[in-house]
Amino acid sequence: MSNQISGAEALVKSLIAEGVDTVFGYPGGAIIPVYDVLYDYSKELNHILVRHEQGATHAAEGYSRVSGRPGVVIVTSGPAATNVITGLSDAIMDSTPLVVITGQVSSAFLGSDAFQETDVLGITQPLTKWSYQIRSAADIQWAVSRAFYIATTGRPGPVVLDFAKNAQLEKVEWTGYKKCRYIRSYIPEPEISEQVLNEAAELINQAERPMIFAGHGIELSGAEQELREIAEKADIPVASTLLGKSTLPTTHRLNVGMLGMHGNVAANMATFRTDVVIAIGMRFDDRVTGDTNQFIKQAKVIHIDIDSTEFGKIIPTDVAVHGDARNVLQRLLPKINQVRHEEWIASFDADKQIEQAKVIDKEIYPAEGAITMGEVAHKVSEATGNKAILVTDVGQNQMLSSRYFGFSESRSIVTSGGLGTMGFGLPAAIGAKIGAPERTVCFFTGDGGLQMTVEELGVILQYGIEVKIILLNNNFLGMVRQWQEIFQNCRYSQTEMINPDFVKLAESYGIAAEDVVSREQLDGAIERMVKHKGSYLLNVNIDPQGMVYPMVPAGARLDNIILSRNEKYKKQS
Amino acid sequence: MEEKTLYTVSIFTENRVGMLSQISIIFNRRKLNIETLSVSPSSIEGVHKFTITAHSDESTIDKIVKQIEKRIDVLKAFYYTDDEIVYQEIALYKVPTAQLLAEPNLEAIIRRYNARILEITPEYTVLEKSGHHEETQSLFEELKRFDIRQFVRSGRVAVTKCTSEYVTEFLEQRNQCKEELQEEWRHQ
Repeated sequence: MSNQISGAEALVKSLIAEGVDTVFGYPGGAIIPVYDVLYDYSKELNHILVRHEQGATHAAEGYSRVSGRPGVVIVTSGPAATNVITGLSDAIMDSTPLVVITGQVSSAFLGSDAFQETDVLGITQPLTKWSYQIRSAADIQWAVSRAFYIATTGRPGPVVLDFAKNAQLEKVEWTGYKKCRYIRSYIPEPEISEQVLNEAAELINQAERPMIFAGHGIELSGAEQELREIAEKADIPVASTLLGKSTLPTTHRLNVGMLGMHGNVAANMATFRTDVVIAIGMRFDDRVTGDTNQFIKQAKVIHIDIDSTEFGKIIPTDVAVHGDARNVLQRLLPKINQVRHEEWIASFDADKQIEQAKVIDKEIYPAEGAITMGEVAHKVSEATGNKAILVTDVGQNQMLSSRYFGFSESRSIVTSGGLGTMGFGLPAAIGAKIGAPERTVCFFTGDGGLQMTVEELGVILQYGIEVKIILLNNNFLGMVRQWQEIFQNCRYSQTEMINPDFVKLAESYGIAAEDVVSREQLDGAIERMVKHKGSYLLNVNIDPQGMVYPMVPAGARLDNIILSRNEKYKKQS
Repeated sequence: MEEKTLYTVSIFTENRVGMLSQISIIFNRRKLNIETLSVSPSSIEGVHKFTITAHSDESTIDKIVKQIEKRIDVLKAFYYTDDEIVYQEIALYKVPTAQLLAEPNLEAIIRRYNARILEITPEYTVLEKSGHHEETQSLFEELKRFDIRQFVRSGRVAVTKCTSEYVTEFLEQRNQCKEELQEEWRHQ
């Protein structure tokens, strides 16, 4: 008996067969046949109607980051396809698996400048792991299964399926779904070389001052437990990247904080003393390394990564371990000697104390003056038991909330690291809540970034999604203002903003909200926000002159640290 | 600055739409000019071969080749210096017949350059020469005085001097891997 269905239905059935439960999207002319099918499958597939296609991609990223499952997006052709470009770019930079389906004009019209036609393959190829145009319904099963396999295996990333309208309408025989598990030209799980593992173990076992650089790859491969075991067994301090911040609990004895431009002083200074660096699932971004010519010059470097193009891309590698972080660490663990590095670990203390006294205490326990960003982040983190998911926008709000938020669970920080996408936060927070409904989602944003995708408040309204929005409002594009103050002689070019009444704005979307103007109001407001069932917006008026310290200027050596307006770090002898 | 060398990049891909743009964009990002390009089906059915030459330092070409190989539909990519390969280009020269016939030493030129005549009409003659760039260029210089009307040179084609055939071995390994996986899935 023949079982003919439309290409559109074949797509939806394929998504369901891949285990997709939620899609983020926006309908339009060239994808209407798929939306018609979604109407029938609304029980099996939950569709979240965003307000702008960029929001769909960031929501899918947020969903994926917290859940570990691929985020799925369905949009139409032309302007919708160009609107997803920022999200694709963000996802490839931060290795986030997305499957983005764009509608496309019928095959017969391709290349003719048809209404709402755009060259999706041409635009998306450089920013995706794979992009493919489905021109015939017979291709759907093959293309969808490949798309999911490619997006989720190896180093994860976004893929695009550009779905021509004729293929949506054509009938195709449905004989059930087969997942893709093999592509001849693609080896997602390289065989790990025993010899290379031995070389890595030997370096680690000989090290006197070893240091781990923990990146996002640890969460992507599920290696949090293995990271902890190796660090504890060989007594190795762990410094993280921004996206690696929740790989090890903040309070863990060996967690020495973040590296780089706004990293922790002790972690940055230790990069000049360490003799063996074990970099795991991280890619030596310039925000991490500062001047690459003066970064970890004295150290041997073991680089563990699933993506071999990362080896030697920025920093010369002594031992490149090509493989999945979890598998590598599991096999490395028995080869590592159990040792203590008391003196080495104690050597971090002096710098920790300097940062505590000169930066942290001033930021989170200010005695007077305007509310600081750090104290808000610290208080919200404590009020949620350091268990919430932190979603951030980009800029000062991102650096200070991630700095003063405590993490006790993995997959707890959702932020735009590589691309630094303002406007990422709100849709990503919505996606994060959908991806981890049992967890509290605290979204820190600024007045600039919030307004870049503020239309997504409509999604909160429509679906009753619970996101705690903490708006650190200084009526400035704060991070640019900070650079202008330090490097442009206080010439504040186009960074001041006249803003709307954010409380009224939130209320018009049915979101409870309040203004916080003075320090006395802060604790009560945070308590009300946390207790409230449903979304909540705190519009916190913070110090417009607030700065993110410590700061290493872009491209400078990591010991070139600004501690405050009038103090630079001086090396302890 | 590292010295720039002319590298020959060999890329084997699946025969799929859009491979050339995926590859060329990687050169673009690193601001590397493609000197020559040649694409054709390889000896293996369904596998296409790209041969690209570019002036680069080794560290850049190494990164480019790795990033090309990272593309999903690329099977393997390699880079070589001239001493590691046997390579060839072909050139065609279209010259007015009258001027050519006025040359008393035409035979000597054809012999010296080991050129061939492909077509003669009353208006024009087409000569062909294959060889390294310098060789086809030197015939070009020689024929200049006959008022060359059209000249075209192909991209480089190249084969390696080494004895193992990496792509064939790679495909054999992948096929074996596929068979093992299929066996595994049958037992699941």
